Amino acid sequence: MTDIASLWSYLATSPLIWLTTTILAYLVADSAAKRLGKPPWANPVLMSVLLIAPVLWFTRTDYTTYFEGAQFIHFLLGPATVALALPLWDNRETIRSSVAPILMALVVGSIVAAGSAILLARAFGLPMEVLLSLAPKSTTAPVALGISEGIGGLPALTAVLVILTGVIGAVTVTPLMNMLRITDWRARGFAVGVAAHGIGTARAFQVNPVAGAYAGIAMALNALLTSLIVPLLVRWLI
Amino acid sequence: MLHTFGLLLGCQLLGEITARGFGFSIPGPVLGLSLLVLLLGAVPTLAGRLRPTTEVILTNLSFLFVPAGVGVIGNLAVLSQDGIALLVVLVLSTVLSMLASVATFIGVRYITERRTA
Repeated sequence: MTDIASLWSYLATSPLIWLTTTILAYLVADSAAKRLGKPPWANPVLMSVLLIAPVLWFTRTDYTTYFEGAQFIHFLLGPATVALALPLWDNRETIRSSVAPILMALVVGSIVAAGSAILLARAFGLPMEVLLSLAPKSTTAPVALGISEGIGGLPALTAVLVILTGVIGAVTVTPLMNMLRITDWRARGFAVGVAAHGIGTARAFQVNPVAGAYAGIAMALNALLTSLIVPLLVRWLI
Repeated sequence: MLHTFGLLLGCQLLGEITARGFGFSIPGPVLGLSLLVLLLGAVPTLAGRLRPTTEVILTNLSFLFVPAGVGVIGNLAVLSQDGIALLVVLVLSTVLSMLASVATFIGVRYITERRTA
């Protein structure tokens, strides 16, 4: 029989163990969320990360090794984004009747997302490159990284800020909308899709299918708009 | 299921080719999404065949963000000394953006619905 050390040295570098770990962590996180009644603070992404991080730390596994396994999951974000076409199609009638609210909420939400980030960062006296990395935080990661690079931010910092924004949006949207007594699922979903891209959209799907569809539209449209708006806002506000 | 995956990946691929070929700043998957909507418009019966698989994907959308989320933990050092200020900015800005967009959505909906009613 092989000894534990050599077995581990084989497993630790194979994609299998980190792929399995990620799925197990998510299953635990998701069933915990369901059992608790899907409260906003029990975000499955956040809980999974908090379960996996100590495992990586204990086994002294670096992120590159982890990602060799986890990349198969990460890759599916592409086809999953394409799959958002289905809820969009299913809700085409209501979408057609709310084109004006959609476009206005998109423009206003997108400008406030980037503009408030820039102004608040200035008010807090954050360094310029941090401020520039922060501006595209509400749009989906690949777009945000491209914008950040284009305006002179730090793409690595933007990547972290984008994911944190997604988790913040996903955790705050339900209590915020409930507090304001907003019952229109279209408006609720759209708001979280503009402010918190895919992670916000995932939360919206967890709560209500119509909210999910509108969050998906908002995320897709904001990917288009943010790349136009952020460079302009940076020029005006800095 | 395989048909659905083939179609989703095909749309994404065409989206990537278009985005990169023309140097658009739009990500390939977002163009792929638009392409699939056009396809559904042309062939509406497609929706019923795609739905079982896309529903599984979309109800587990959170799962797909876990690898990127783990990446954040390893990279928390980039937040360095500005960490707390950055978190405050992120929370405020995200909430402000949601408030602005939800208020606009409801406001515009109210105006347009009253006009057509």
